[in-house]
Parts: sequence; C-alpha cells; structure tokens
Amino acid sequence: MPWLSTLMGVSVLGALGVTLVRNDKLAKQFTLVVSLIVLALTVAMAVQFSPNGDKFQFAETYDWIPAFGVHYGVAVDGIALVLILLSVILVPIVVLASWHDAEAGKRSVRTYFSLLLVLEAMMIGVFAATDVFLFYVFFEAMLIPMYFMIGSYGGAQRSYAAVKFLLYSLFGGLLMLVAVIALYSIAGKGTFMFSDLVGTIQDVTTQKWLFLGFFIAFAIKAPLWPFHTWLPDAAAQAPAGAAVLLVGVLDKVGTYGMLRFCLELFPDAAKFFTPLVITLSVIGIVYGAIVAIGQTDMKRLIAYTSVSHFGFIAMGVFAMTTSAGSGATLYMVNHGFSTGALFLIAGFLIYRRGSQFIADYGGVQKVAPILAGTFLVAGLSSLSLPGLSTFVSEFMVLTGTYQRYVVPAVIATVGVILAAIYILWMYQRTMNGPTAESVKSLPDLNAREKWVVAPLVALLLVFGFYPKPLLDVINPAVKDTLSSVSVTDPKPAVPVAQEGQ
Amino acid sequence: MNGTIQAPSIEYALLAPVLVVFGAAIVGVLVEAFAPRYLRSAIHLPLTLLSLAGAFALAVWQAVKGVPTKPAAMGAVAVDGPALFIWGTILILAFVSVLLIKDEEHFVGSAAAVPGSAEEEQSLVERAAHTEVYPLLLFAVGGMLLFPAANDLLVAFVALEVMSLPLYLLCGLARRRRLLSQEAAVKYFLLGAFSSAFFLYGTALIYGYAGSVDLAKINQALGSVGGQDTLLYIGAAMLGVGLLFKIGAAPFQSWKPDVYQGSPTPITALMASGTLVAAFGALLRVFWVGLGGLDWDWRPVLYGVAILTMVVGAVLAITQTDIKRMLAYSSIAHGGFLLIGVIATGHTQAENTSALSGLLFYLVAYGFTTVGAFAIVTMVRDAGGEAWHLSRWAGLGKRSPLLAGTFAFFLLAFAGIPLTSGFFGKYAIFQAAVANGATPLVIIGVVASAVAAFFYVRVIVLMFFSDPAADGPSVVLPSRGTAAVVGIAALATVVLGVYPQPVLDLAHTAAQSLFVR
Repeated sequence: MPWLSTLMGVSVLGALGVTLVRNDKLAKQFTLVVSLIVLALTVAMAVQFSPNGDKFQFAETYDWIPAFGVHYGVAVDGIALVLILLSVILVPIVVLASWHDAEAGKRSVRTYFSLLLVLEAMMIGVFAATDVFLFYVFFEAMLIPMYFMIGSYGGAQRSYAAVKFLLYSLFGGLLMLVAVIALYSIAGKGTFMFSDLVGTIQDVTTQKWLFLGFFIAFAIKAPLWPFHTWLPDAAAQAPAGAAVLLVGVLDKVGTYGMLRFCLELFPDAAKFFTPLVITLSVIGIVYGAIVAIGQTDMKRLIAYTSVSHFGFIAMGVFAMTTSAGSGATLYMVNHGFSTGALFLIAGFLIYRRGSQFIADYGGVQKVAPILAGTFLVAGLSSLSLPGLSTFVSEFMVLTGTYQRYVVPAVIATVGVILAAIYILWMYQRTMNGPTAESVKSLPDLNAREKWVVAPLVALLLVFGFYPKPLLDVINPAVKDTLSSVSVTDPKPAVPVAQEGQ
Repeated sequence: MNGTIQAPSIEYALLAPVLVVFGAAIVGVLVEAFAPRYLRSAIHLPLTLLSLAGAFALAVWQAVKGVPTKPAAMGAVAVDGPALFIWGTILILAFVSVLLIKDEEHFVGSAAAVPGSAEEEQSLVERAAHTEVYPLLLFAVGGMLLFPAANDLLVAFVALEVMSLPLYLLCGLARRRRLLSQEAAVKYFLLGAFSSAFFLYGTALIYGYAGSVDLAKINQALGSVGGQDTLLYIGAAMLGVGLLFKIGAAPFQSWKPDVYQGSPTPITALMASGTLVAAFGALLRVFWVGLGGLDWDWRPVLYGVAILTMVVGAVLAITQTDIKRMLAYSSIAHGGFLLIGVIATGHTQAENTSALSGLLFYLVAYGFTTVGAFAIVTMVRDAGGEAWHLSRWAGLGKRSPLLAGTFAFFLLAFAGIPLTSGFFGKYAIFQAAVANGATPLVIIGVVASAVAAFFYVRVIVLMFFSDPAADGPSVVLPSRGTAAVVGIAALATVVLGVYPQPVLDLAHTAAQSLFVR
C-alpha cells in the first residue's frame, strides 16, 4: 500500500472537502475527522516500520519530470518517521485548539482549516521526500499556506510578520535552489534521487559551496542565531495553532535538512564547518535564553526559548556522535510537544484575557488551576526537568557533544540554567502572586481545551519516562547517517558525569 | 546581365500560418471599407479568431509533418523547430488576447476627438467604435510571427515594423485616461522609431562588413573577413540596441511602464506576452545564428545587460503604485531572467538545446500567466474605469475571494513559487545557466527573484491582509471571453506547474535541431 501518498492524498482531499462544506461548524468537525484519519493511518504505518530493516521504507518512486531528472520519490527512515508522527499528532490537536481562532478576524473559517490540511500534506511530504528536488518543492510551497495563516488570521502586526517570514524563508530557499541545481549539474547523474546523489561530490571546495547554499536555507528555517529574527515576530503574530505548527514542525525542517542533506551529501564540508556551526549554536542557546528572560510578551518569550532549543538541536546534529544525533532527533520531537503545549496553553490564556503581555496577568493559578497546572508541566518539560520528555533529549545532546566538544557542551549547560529562569519567572509573574483584578473572572479550561492539553501532557510524561520506542526507531537511522559521514564515536576518555541537570 | 531575373521560389505551404494571418488582416481592412458599421464587429470577431485558430492548426500540421532543415523563401525566412514553437505560442496568446478585446469597453469611440471635447461626447452618444482594432491586431500578430522566423536582417526589419506600427496605434486607443494613452502611444512611437533606426543602421553596417544580410552568411563572414572589425562591432551593437529595446532590457526599458500603463489593457496583455515572445525569438536567432561566432564579444555585454535588467526591474517595481506599471516592471525583470537563457550557451549542441528549450518553456509559462494577470486587471473597476491605483485593491480578497485568489496565484507564479509554472520556467533557465558556467549570474538571478517576490507579495498583502476601503472598486461580472481567458491562464499556470513534462518535451523537440542556418 502506498502509505505516504495515501497520507498526503487524504489531507489534500480533506482540504478540498473543507472548502466545499458550507457550514463553518461542519467544516471544523470535518477537518478534525480528516486529521484523525491521517493520524490513524500514520500510526498504522508506523507499527509496520521495522527499525532494523532497510534504511528507507514504504518507498514509492515515480518519474515526475524526466526532463529534469525529477522523481516523485517518498519514503521514510526512522528520523523522518518520528517527525511525520510529530506532525500528524499535532495537527488534530491544533485543529481542536483553533476551534475559535479563525472567527476573531471575521475571515473565512473554512479557508483557515483548509490551509491547515494543505499544510499537513506538505509537512508529510517534506519529511518523506527522497528526491532532493521534491524536497525543495515542498520546502518552498509549504511557506504559502503558513503565510496566509499568519497574514490573514494573526495579531495586529500580522502582515508585517507574514511578509518577513515569507521573504526570509524564500530568500534562503532560493539560495538552496542554486545549490540544488549545482548539485545536479556537478553530480552529472541526471537524477535528483537522494540515494543516487550521496557521495557524488568528492571535491571539498565544491562541497563547501554547496553546503553553504543548503545550510543557510536551513539555518534561516530552523532558525539558528543570527538568522532568527523573523521567528519571534512570526510566532507572536500567528494564531496560537499556526504558531505551534510553525515552531513545532516547520522549523524542524531546517534541523532535519541539516541532518539529512548537509551531513550526508557534503560530509567533508560538514566536518569543515562544524566548529562554526557549533559556535553559532552555542551563541544561540545562550542568547535565545537571555533574550527570552527579558521578554514582556508571552508568545515572543516562547519563540525565543525555541531559538535556544534549536541551538541545542543544531549542536547535537553537528556534534556527530550517535548519542548527540539521536538526542537531537528526539529533541525535535519532544520540543514539538513541549513548545506546542506552551503555545497552546498561552493561547488559551491570551484568548481569555485578550492580551499577550505578562504584566497583564497575575495569580491565574487561583482562578484557573488546571490551566496553570498544565502550563507548569509544559514549562517544566521545556526547561528539561527529569521525568519529562525534553530532559532525555537534552541530556543526550549534552553528553554526546561532550564526547567531542567539551567547552561548547559546558557553555551550553548554562542554557539549561537560564531555561529555569525564563520559564519559572514567567510562571511566577502570570500564575502566582495576588490575583490581578482583570483575571478574577477568568474561566478554567473547558472540556475542549482539556482534550487539547491532555494528550500533550500525556506524551510529555510517557516519553519522559520511557523514550525507548522512539529511540529504537531513531538510533539505527542516525547511526546510518553518521556512518555515511564516516565518523565513529570517540572513545570516552573518562566516564562522563554530566553536571547541571 | 542579359535581362532574366529569376523569380524567387517561395514555399507557400511553409509560410502558410503567416500568410493566413496577413490575409485575414487584409480582408479585415476590406470589411472596414465596405461592411456597414453595425455589421463590422460581428464579422471581425469570427474572422480574427478563425484566422488565428487556422494559422495555429497550420503551424501544428507543419510541426507534425516534419520540420524543414533549410530556410524557406530563398533563405529569407526560417521555419524551423523553435520558430514553429514560437508561432504556436504567439498564436495561442493572440487568440486569448482577442477574447479580451472582444469586450469593447476598453477602446475609445473616436480616437481623433480631443479628450474632453464636444466631439468626444458626440462619439459616445453615437456609440462609435474603432473596429479597426481587429485588422490592426492581425497585422501586429503577423509581424510577430515573421520577426522570430526572419533569417535575414532586412526581413527582420520589415517584420519589426509590421509588428510595431499597428501597436503604436493600438496603444493610443484607450477609452479611459485618454491623455495617458495618447502619451503612451507617442512615447512608444518615438522611442520605437528610434530603436528601429538603430536596427536598420546596424543592418547596413553589418552588410558593409559581411556583404550580405543573410544571417548564415554573416556568421560565415565572421571567420573569414578581416580588417573590418569596426563595422562589425558597431553594427552588432546597434542590432543589439534595436532588439533589446523591443524586449525592454535595461537600459532601454523606460518605455515599458509608460506604454503598459497607458495602453488599453487587452493590448498591454498582447504586448507583454506576444511581443516579448517574438522579440526573444528574434534576439536568439540574430545572436545565436548571425553572430554566433562572435559570442566571446557579445556575451559579456549581455551578461551586464541581464544583471542590470533584473536589478532595475525588480527594484523599481517596489516603488510602483499603479498595478499596470508594476506589472510592466515585473515584465522587465522577467526579461532579465530570460536573457540569462540567451547567454547560457555552451560548447555542445545538447547544452544549447537545454538552454533554448528552457527559454521556450519560460516564454510559454510567462505568456499565459501575464495574459491572465492583465485579464484580471480589466475586471477590477472604479467609477473611472479600471482601478489602477494599488491602494484601491486593498481588501479585495474579502470582497471577491475567487478573483483575488486567482490573481494571487498568478503573482506567486511570477515570483516563481514551486507548483506554479513560473517556478519551472525559472528552474529550466537557471539549470541551463549553471550547467554552462554562468553560476554568478544565477545567484544574482535568485537574489533579484527574492526582491521581486517582495512586491508581488505586497499586492497579496494588500488584497488579503488589509481591510477593504469603504468605497472600494467593484468587480465586474466578467464577460464570457474574459472569464475564459482567466480560466485558460489559470489552468495553464497550474498544469505547467504540476506536470510540465509534456510542454518540456515539446520545447525540447522544438529546440533539438536548434535554428536552421
């Protein structure tokens, strides 16, 4: 069964279907059903995945544009599989969470949900693409639905944020296009299939140039310091649901691209640029955390924490040890859930009070204990409290990096401490203390919102205690990736006890 | 010299598409002369459409029957693969533009009446109409067909004039903003005449160098004639000026915004698509066939022109507030992208074929999207005609989502977003350029694309993210013709963006043998 095409097909047909439904409420229910069907199908596919089987499974390859050597080629390895799972789990949650988001702006509700499903199809496609050209097509095309979601349904500065988001990403993408074309020409294979292109570029100077073309696009997408400035704007202006998908999934395309394309296609260049990337990552970790502490706007704060977290992920990718690589991949998934939960619960809060500013809140805990409690859990996961999922991945990244790069790993642990400050301080200012006058009558989470939060909190807890199923899938894929970069894990000189947790 | 002049042998069958169009144009003139006024429109429209369709059918038949390997009409006209492909493209685009013209709201009743005068009132009352539009258009299309097929410089010059003169007239016939329209016509005429003079003078100098105006013979002379280099270089430069003017490459672009703005929108659509296609065809033929041996000399110049054109088009478009002027600058920028394809020649035939087929594909993709975009411009109206000021388009996405959505789609295609035709057009050209070592040019090209994306996106922002003005423009219910044009253009933009292979194959086949010599 062509699993991956089916997944995308169901999403796209669902998107078309939503535009045909005349009634807004029906459209929402329809979207929810479609996204749940996609989730069910994905789970059905995932259980058939054999972690120690072929590298790429569920492969489908058809000629798309023979004149350019372009294929419609999709397949998943462990890394792609968990990211697709992340996407399809988040979509129904976002649908449920966005139930009333689109109504605020008096704009077409159906369009919003239709865009959401189009985006879902593209998110699946971008992770599943095994043809570099197809990957590029999804990479660029998925900007458009997100652009409209931010621009049409976002906050007051929405059109500025949407345009900034689009132009940054588009510019990066166009640089990547040049590299894609050059890769094709220089490889001279007449095909864009990823597996045929691996290892074709031997010349190190060429590798470096092509690496830069890909890397800048991914660094903008991820976003890595200093390419991050679009993210706080876009995430703060986007409706909460779109922000979750933006930060939780779309940005992962950047770090996923680094792991899949930058490392495997240009191994020598990747090694050459590793010190630079590690440096940028460490700066991003510390900078993002410090700036997050200074934010007065909750959504911007969460966006900056993500800049810090993406520093960890990029560091893990480029540390090139199995532990760090697997940790980074796991981090991509866990960050999606924890930041997703933070954005959504903050969104619920903002929807109630009508303000994004921390200063407008205080003592919410007393009037809305469930909201505050779940917010705390999500926050604690974000600051990597042991027992919650992000801890495992952050720990793996740090120990994995420490094996090879001691100083960056040590500096990065500062980010963990800063994380405690920005999360707990935000929690303290909004949820604790005397109840502010304006939030006295704030209702607690309603049933729909509880349904949104419950699966996320459950996932945070489950993967916090038992990340093995994910790691079983991720590990072989990461090992395989690193072996094609031909690096082996360094032997630990001394048994490492990581500090700072 | 004892008195016998050989009658030239003309392959009428090969030239049939051109002859059909010219023939219909002449019949159109006779209709103007003899048919009663109330009947004219009813005769012109089917005549024009049928002749264009017939010419298209003939061109297809030629292509199916087998492309000739030798120039026709004593070497004056080359009906080869690229020429047939370009003919097909121009004929379809012209057909589509005629559907727009059918809606006669766009043309002035009496062009000779001074704007604002009593005569103008009179003509409005009488419901006067310039039905000459149709034969004029056919002459222009005939010129467009001949221009890219012209295998010697004199025929090219004649074709250039046949194409341009009717367009000068058509530019001045706008019903609204008549002064702007007349200004456009005069500007276009003066500058166009000037550039034609350049072309003709260049022809004369080249003749002085090579002793022939035949492109193949000029190319032969490049290797053998010595000591006349001044004539050659000045001549080649002047030919270049004439041709680059027609495609609106910088620094010869200044007419484009004015003319596009002032002309009746259907005519703008025809110029932006058909004329551009024809001019690129001619440019390719002159530079690749006639001056192919001189490429070491013209390539750096075109390199600079391409960069300048992309940058000027993309940057100046940002400051525009008139939708048609913005599309004009966008057309300039696209001219720059297309020039990359002209430069992207290599050492082998395969490399040249890939550059040429990329260019042909780009022309088709861009032509359709352009006609569609201008068709939409005709539909958004204010009290005083089309709502030309960009601010008037604010909030259109709310008022008529379908129209605004389609326009946004065309703009995304211009910007080259994947899954639209514009993406594959750009991709094809960039790929050929990278393969032939013009990577720096491609990098400038993508930066220009990013800048260009900004102003396309700005219009989308206006339409979708801004609130509509209280007295915003109304969207007229499109006539069947206009609706068909938008539909065809949108369909072409989607299909070429999702499944471009058939057209790429067609372009590749057409480009396979390159130009005949």
